[in-house]
Amino acid sequence: MSAHASAAIDDKTFYLREEHHPENGTLLGFWTYLMSDCLIFAVLFACYGVLGRNYAAGPSGADLFDLKLVAINTAFLLLSSITYGLAMLEMEKNRKGTTLFWLGVTGVFGACFLGLELYEFWHLIHEGATPQRSAFLSSFFALVGTHGLHVFFGCVWLITLMVQVGQRGLILENRRRLMCLSMFWHFLDVVWIGVFTFVYLMGTL
Amino acid sequence: MTPSPVEESVLFGRLSLNALPLHEPILVVTFAAVVLGGVAVLGALTYFRLWGYLWREWLTSIDHKKIGIMYVILGLVMLLRGFADALMMRLQQAMAFGGSEGYLPPHHYDQIFTAHGVIMIFFVAMPLVTGFMNYLVPLQIGARDVAFPFLNNFSFWMTASGAALVMASLFVGEFAATGWLAYPPLSGIAYSPGVGVDYYIWALQIAGVGTLLSGVNLIVTIVKMRAPGMSMMRMPVFTWTALCSNVLIVASFPVLTAALALLSLDRYVGTAFFTNDFGGSAMMYVNLIWIWGHPEVYILILPAFGIFSEVVATFCGKRLFGYASMVYATVVITILSYLVWLHHFFTMGSGASVNSFFGITTMIISIPTGAKIFNWLFTMYRGRIKFELPMLWTVSFMVTFVIGGMTGVLLAVPPADFVLHNSLFLIAHFHNVIIGGVLFGLFAGIAYWFPKVTGFRLDPFWGKVSFWSWTIGFYMAFMPVYVLGLMGVTRRMSKFDDPSLQIWFVIAALGAVLIAVGIGSFLLQIVVSFIKRETLKDVTGDPWNGRTLEWSTSSPPPDYNFAFTPVVHDLDAWHDMKKRGYVRPAGGFLPIHMPKNTWAGIVLAGISTVCGFALIWHIWWLAGASFLALVVTAITHTFNYDRDFHIPAATVTETEAERSRYLAAGV
Repeated sequence: MSAHASAAIDDKTFYLREEHHPENGTLLGFWTYLMSDCLIFAVLFACYGVLGRNYAAGPSGADLFDLKLVAINTAFLLLSSITYGLAMLEMEKNRKGTTLFWLGVTGVFGACFLGLELYEFWHLIHEGATPQRSAFLSSFFALVGTHGLHVFFGCVWLITLMVQVGQRGLILENRRRLMCLSMFWHFLDVVWIGVFTFVYLMGTL
Repeated sequence: MTPSPVEESVLFGRLSLNALPLHEPILVVTFAAVVLGGVAVLGALTYFRLWGYLWREWLTSIDHKKIGIMYVILGLVMLLRGFADALMMRLQQAMAFGGSEGYLPPHHYDQIFTAHGVIMIFFVAMPLVTGFMNYLVPLQIGARDVAFPFLNNFSFWMTASGAALVMASLFVGEFAATGWLAYPPLSGIAYSPGVGVDYYIWALQIAGVGTLLSGVNLIVTIVKMRAPGMSMMRMPVFTWTALCSNVLIVASFPVLTAALALLSLDRYVGTAFFTNDFGGSAMMYVNLIWIWGHPEVYILILPAFGIFSEVVATFCGKRLFGYASMVYATVVITILSYLVWLHHFFTMGSGASVNSFFGITTMIISIPTGAKIFNWLFTMYRGRIKFELPMLWTVSFMVTFVIGGMTGVLLAVPPADFVLHNSLFLIAHFHNVIIGGVLFGLFAGIAYWFPKVTGFRLDPFWGKVSFWSWTIGFYMAFMPVYVLGLMGVTRRMSKFDDPSLQIWFVIAALGAVLIAVGIGSFLLQIVVSFIKRETLKDVTGDPWNGRTLEWSTSSPPPDYNFAFTPVVHDLDAWHDMKKRGYVRPAGGFLPIHMPKNTWAGIVLAGISTVCGFALIWHIWWLAGASFLALVVTAITHTFNYDRDFHIPAATVTETEAERSRYLAAGV
């Protein structure tokens, strides 16, 4: 029996004599989840595409959007993606301290982004451009707000992971979690490019 | 936009004693029965000291087999509820003629047909199909569990949580009276100010989280965890259909989530997505809901096709005819299911070109489906057919489903659809494919895999009574509905003026009674089989001379499924192993790495139920508190890194030795 315990698989081998270790599927699973999330954004973009010019005699994007503000905000988010990338490079080199440092910087950029976005929303609502005002504003707030909500929960997740990395270091599980958040964070960046282009740039045309 | 007419308190929101339907005698009696039954069950659990067992072995279990069984039980319980709704509708429509109002007031009738549709699709068909995939996929691919066992448990409890909310709406408040897809503007706050649509939204949102995550889980399981040697084109057909079905879940449920979220924004915040004014577009919702809704019917039917494929091959004693074409047909259906959604509303008026496009794509779907039917027929051709119960269901399916498919092609012709749209013809068509396809498939599957799950076969006599009652009952209940539809009778009517129509409704009601006999004998079959379990015992683990890997383990399978991971050389791996002289390993077992049970799934789903209930009733403080609790609990759970353990080699040796004794005794 033990003769072919770990021998090569031939035609007569019907089972493995050693434990079978399938490749871990977390990254594929998380990527699949991200694609489903992407569909939610697709629906919101589609809604904006269909309803985005239905102003109901209210203000339009050209009246409302402040491109300078949005440009700063875009810069915050893009920079946060770079700093997340730097954190991942540090993780590869197994340096816990600098990994945590860059994660922290990423979180600060994320928070700045959220702060500016909330200011923008507050400003719009203050001017009477509320989500209830027109289908254009409903779909604008739904799309941008959903993205913002994602960034918010991304920040909550980031803080959680920083605590976990602080407690247990860069162990395998934590590396995997950091990889997942990395995909999530970059995904939000990609979505934001779409928002910036289709909502803000084309909205002010 | 219009404020809710109900007074809201800070503490209880819209909830008050008026929400209890004490003025509806039918509901009061049902409620009393449910309370008595519930107390009896809880009392029995306490008396027999089963709470600890239930908690340890089932509620917190991450074993895909136990979760699969719980899904099936949930589906069967909800089937009784959904079918009770069906009987009530059939009775009402058979009575309400010639000035008679029947026994159900219109508002109550509207809730019943909505609840019937929602329950049958989301809480009967989906849990049953998901349950089958959960139980079978890891066994068929030679894996020990799914890729994310905790997520699996969580998914189940989220589905159960949605079902609990739908059931709660029966006794606390009301359910939606909008039809099963809750089209706006009817489902908007102006026309549905009550809690009904909110129950609908939150039940589906919570259950939807479970469905989506279970879809991700099974995709990864199938892609990453197949036994060595099992290439994609050596996967059992059921696993293939499960893969396609789960791809459809991941690619369609987010659309439902988003559409319902926008509808709830309209209702809760007063946005203008689907409203008549302020630039909203109700047809946007209708498009979105069917971009989810059409793939949804293929999510249900594809695994049923998979079940039939396994059954036909086994009971004809032959390899499935045209395996590769079966796989390609499945994949083609998966893709095409995204290109047909508009056929649900040709009457929207999108113009001749758009309608022709969607009409043609719809008709094209019948080609791969037809290929499947021929594959099954050619498998039967010159096979040694054993007309056991699963095979009976399969034959009945082939006849019934072809009829349903053909009426579907009729409806796919846009000019014909303008006449038949929203008529009872449509109702007959989709019941024809869902009962004749999905449900018959599930019954075939239950009869086929029951011995694997429990270790004993189902009693064939009561199974055949159930089969014939269902089959004849189906034709009796729905052929008259086709006739009525052709005569122009529209759906969702609670009373009729033309007395000449009544006879058709009476026949349909009698058909429904026959189906009730079918459900009754199915339940009786399980009870009788349990009583006779010693005579019906399956000691071999392979009672039907099966062909796929699940039949290579014992019945029921051990926690770890396979003592050693199988190596696959051919399609129909187990058949190949038997043919080439496989000998069961008797020693040398190793410790097996397994995931640990966890409380997190049921607790998170419980908090979600509370959160959903609070949102439905506008109890804002509770909604906020429970959402916060949800986030905190989820984060707390991620701090638990100790998630697996090893089954010691001694335990494996003991379990396998016991099976050897069983096998020896059985020969």
